[in-house]
Amino acid sequence: MFKFIIRRVLWAIPVILLVILFTFLLMKAIPGGPFTQEKRLPAEILANLNAKYGLDSPWYVQYVRYVWHTFQGDLGVSMTQKGRTVVEIIGNAFPVSMQLGGMAFLLAMLIGVPAGVIAALRHNSWIDYTAMFYSTVGWAIPVFIIGPILILIFSLQLGWFPTSRWEGPKYWVLPVVALGTGLSAYFARLTRGSMLETLQQDYVRTAQAKGLAYRTVVFKHVLRNSLIPVVTQAGPLLGFVITGSFLTEYIFAIPGLGKFYVTSVSNRDYSVVMGLAVLLSGVIVVANLIVDIIYGFLDPRIRYE
Amino acid sequence: MTEEGSSHQIDRTVVIPESLDAGAPLTLKQSTLWGDVIRRFVRNRAGMAGLIVIVIFIIYSTIGPLIRPYGFSEQDFSVAYQLPNAQHWFGTDMFGRDLFVRVAMGGRVSLLVAFAATGVVLVVGILYGSISGFAGGITDNVMMRFVDVLYGLPYLPFAIIMIVLLGSGVVPMLLALAIVSWLTPARLVRGQILTLKQNEYVEAGRAMGASRGRLIFRHLLPNTLGIIVVAMFLEVPAMILGEATLSFLGLGISAPNASWGTLAEEGWKALRSHPWLIILPGLFIAITVLAFNFVGDGFRDAIDPRTKETK
Repeated sequence: MFKFIIRRVLWAIPVILLVILFTFLLMKAIPGGPFTQEKRLPAEILANLNAKYGLDSPWYVQYVRYVWHTFQGDLGVSMTQKGRTVVEIIGNAFPVSMQLGGMAFLLAMLIGVPAGVIAALRHNSWIDYTAMFYSTVGWAIPVFIIGPILILIFSLQLGWFPTSRWEGPKYWVLPVVALGTGLSAYFARLTRGSMLETLQQDYVRTAQAKGLAYRTVVFKHVLRNSLIPVVTQAGPLLGFVITGSFLTEYIFAIPGLGKFYVTSVSNRDYSVVMGLAVLLSGVIVVANLIVDIIYGFLDPRIRYE
Repeated sequence: MTEEGSSHQIDRTVVIPESLDAGAPLTLKQSTLWGDVIRRFVRNRAGMAGLIVIVIFIIYSTIGPLIRPYGFSEQDFSVAYQLPNAQHWFGTDMFGRDLFVRVAMGGRVSLLVAFAATGVVLVVGILYGSISGFAGGITDNVMMRFVDVLYGLPYLPFAIIMIVLLGSGVVPMLLALAIVSWLTPARLVRGQILTLKQNEYVEAGRAMGASRGRLIFRHLLPNTLGIIVVAMFLEVPAMILGEATLSFLGLGISAPNASWGTLAEEGWKALRSHPWLIILPGLFIAITVLAFNFVGDGFRDAIDPRTKETK
């Protein structure tokens, strides 16, 4: 198990290095730079600025320098917001995004997994059909439609919750629901499918045949095994949370990381773009790592591949 | 459930035509794989409903603008912000533009981008996956590690960078969507090829001197067609959502062109006063995505009836 974890951790390093390289080259390929303005700067000033931010060296030197600094925890300074470091910008905004994403993820688990379990246990009943309807429709409606509809009903019509911003529990409800709905639908669908498959296994029939209580069969034999695919999907779902939280932040004017996605690219703020790429791919890589490790615990066969 | 199971078995049996007249030659009609699939799909109510909705939407976006006397960007402020009525079947927007025409035109862009991007993704994914799976060894390892790395890229920021790099419009949009989404089909096809290439008929083909290309295209890929069709129907809605998301952020299809995402973005600005403007395109996006999902699920069940009980 230990060797397995070490191998997975070591694998994460080249992944992050290559992600940095891709983002780096893509940003360089976009015409224009952080100091391109409508009024063209005099050549000397431009040269000075480029020298100050290290943009005058060849790209591979810049890349190596960036990687070197990154591994020391220094993501550089923003090229368009004067005097702010990237670490500072991320440090302010990321906790908000994490909070939103985390709560939505939790909500989705708390609704989706039980819904899927009950739907599978009452297969082909009205409960099953209701849960399936919810999971199909919930997954099909994008965040940017659910969000506005929630605002329309619960803040503009009923006045229960504020329409925007992020200043306390009252402000959290609508964004978390908007982001969590699609995710809970996905969890419900996944859990139900996996449960139904497990319920047909021979060992479940054996457990029933030897007279175990229904509760024991469901909790000890079925549930544990059918949650494995749910766990393995957590990695890709994290991508969904990140993407969705960006839209949710946009719709509810939440001061998270989202707004920097577009502005930093359109302003060619190289260091902020790179910082975001490093952060997000780091999150994805770590999430996949955790999933792999949990998977290794849940299913011993994986470790010995 | 047992009833369903047995009916699937009947599907496979040889059908003897009723015309067993004396003298007529005895013909046996063997049912084919795809014949079975289509027959099972037709019996799937959700799948058929989805297919019908898709066909209706395609017809609507094709001929919708032709049957109404309004131009796509024809403004008439005297009729701004109308709800659906006899003159404007879907109402009008802030400039008094007819929404029946605009939603139809938006559908053209949304559906076209989704179909084209899905096509690109499948071609790239199939080629990459089958080469990787067929080659095996180091080639396979390197190709798959490359895919692993790309999986580490965050989807949305990557798509945003691609859009900014390629410029806004229909072609950059579909390329950006395709570039960030070919990974899953590639993995899927590789997995299938890995299993399929163990079969004896591949060995036989090789022994008879068939080229690698012939083995891949003639012997292996046709057997993965089932999962590719399912993947296609599940990829299209993902593309529709991706395009709508980027357009909603003002990054994708921009004026004078419009997609459903662009229309939703216009509606979002008028949410407080005229919510109909976002609800309408929202409905079209959601219903289309639902319909494609139903068709995809229906096809999966039809291709492999065993999944019906579990999925």
